[in-house]
Amino acid sequence: MTSVRIFFVGGLISFRALFSFLRPEVYIPSMLVAPLFQILLFVYIGRSAGLESDEFFVIGNAVQYAAVPCLFAMTFTIGGERFQHTLGYILSSPAPRLPLFLGRALPVVVNGFFVAAFSLAVGGLIVGIHVPASSVAPLALATAICAFSCTGLGLTGAGIGLLLREQAVLANIMFGVLLIFTGANVPVDALPGWMQPISNALPFTHGIDAARQVADGASLSDVSGLLATEVALGLVYGAVGYVFIRNTERLSLRYATLDRA
Amino acid sequence: MTLRLLWMGWLFHLKTLSNSLFFVLVSVLQPVIFASIAFFMVESGSRSGTLLYVALGAGLMGIWSATLFGSGGAIQWQRWQGTLELMVGAPPPFVAVLLPLTVATATIGIYSVVATLVWGRVFFGAPLDFVHPLELAVALPATILSLGMLGLLLASTFVLYRNANAFSNLLEYPVWLATGLLVPLALLPGWVAPIGWVLSPTWGMRAIRESAFGGNPWPEIALCLGLGAVYLGLGALALGNFERLARSRATLSLT
Repeated sequence: MTSVRIFFVGGLISFRALFSFLRPEVYIPSMLVAPLFQILLFVYIGRSAGLESDEFFVIGNAVQYAAVPCLFAMTFTIGGERFQHTLGYILSSPAPRLPLFLGRALPVVVNGFFVAAFSLAVGGLIVGIHVPASSVAPLALATAICAFSCTGLGLTGAGIGLLLREQAVLANIMFGVLLIFTGANVPVDALPGWMQPISNALPFTHGIDAARQVADGASLSDVSGLLATEVALGLVYGAVGYVFIRNTERLSLRYATLDRA
Repeated sequence: MTLRLLWMGWLFHLKTLSNSLFFVLVSVLQPVIFASIAFFMVESGSRSGTLLYVALGAGLMGIWSATLFGSGGAIQWQRWQGTLELMVGAPPPFVAVLLPLTVATATIGIYSVVATLVWGRVFFGAPLDFVHPLELAVALPATILSLGMLGLLLASTFVLYRNANAFSNLLEYPVWLATGLLVPLALLPGWVAPIGWVLSPTWGMRAIRESAFGGNPWPEIALCLGLGAVYLGLGALALGNFERLARSRATLSLT
């Protein structure tokens, strides 16, 4: 029971406490308006280059923008505790670590899904793409799975972030890598050969592909393999991140570097 | 005396900003990422486009980002560092103390241009054949100076907005679009063009492209500098108002 409470209540309290972007005057420009301009930028570059359809860029960028809330929030959810000098209290508490850290991921996934879904809906309306009604639910599922898998990568980033001073830099680098490699703007098969295996090992690549296919009328069963791969990637990154954080915790206790970047 | 202050201030802030990993990232990595995507898109697309056009546009994107994030939060950063009162209390006018900082943030953008040109040349084979290199050597500093003055206007107005960073996040993409850095303005809706006309990156970009691909960049250089002078005037007015209010309400050091 305690673990369940730590997972849900602790995760929510941590999310609300650490993120100043939950205020409308920050949330709306950063999370709801900025992705629309990212979509427009790439739609117009795509038109200028004569590459793919508007739908390709709307789906790719809307889903990929979930990386902003997922990566930054997960990276800061641990680093922010250090910044506010509360990390020591958390790590010295007897709370079981698994619900403690994973509970912080749940609100991040929900927020990432909301941002991506909003961008998809409004960006699609602005640009004028048509998605059949039957595709909406599968599209939402693919988007939610992408938010989940990216949050897994964010947990890995949170672990690495404990070893770094500039966590925003790390999150920015990860965002840029995802923008290039995941096929959000350039089809994966058009990327150089050495980039494609990396693409296939990153969150979003399979999810964005699945989202585009269901938007074009494919059924959920047609893309189940892609979505399963996306879920598996999220689990792997989440597990790596959890192990990383536990090891960093041990290192910080040994070298007394818990509050030092 | 003022020239020495401007020069030394610019040099000091340029060195300070160069030590910030965040600024170096914004200036180098982000434009390189966007340039790479644009290179791939141009190469994969059905319409022909020149890689140099993309490299220059992505470089200017970096200058805008560095100016936006560096200048937009300049006053707030000085507050956090406890140096704002010293800057305002110094004998020279506050505008003369702040201008070198905002011009330095735009100058950091030079890293972007160099990075995207080198990246484009080395990894994508972009040709670096500039038709008018001398004009380019004038157009680029003129653009940076003008953006630095725009930065002063941003600094003096963003300070009124408590969440300037969120506002900066919001303005990054729209200005990239409205000033035609990567997408020709002709492709955008007609109402976007007048917005671009009052933004100096539009004219700076045109001047740089005229220099690189052939043409007469001087009218664009003049427009760019003219707009910079307007920004400087407006920024000085806004800064004077900020300083007056901060003194009368004793809020200078309050965040």
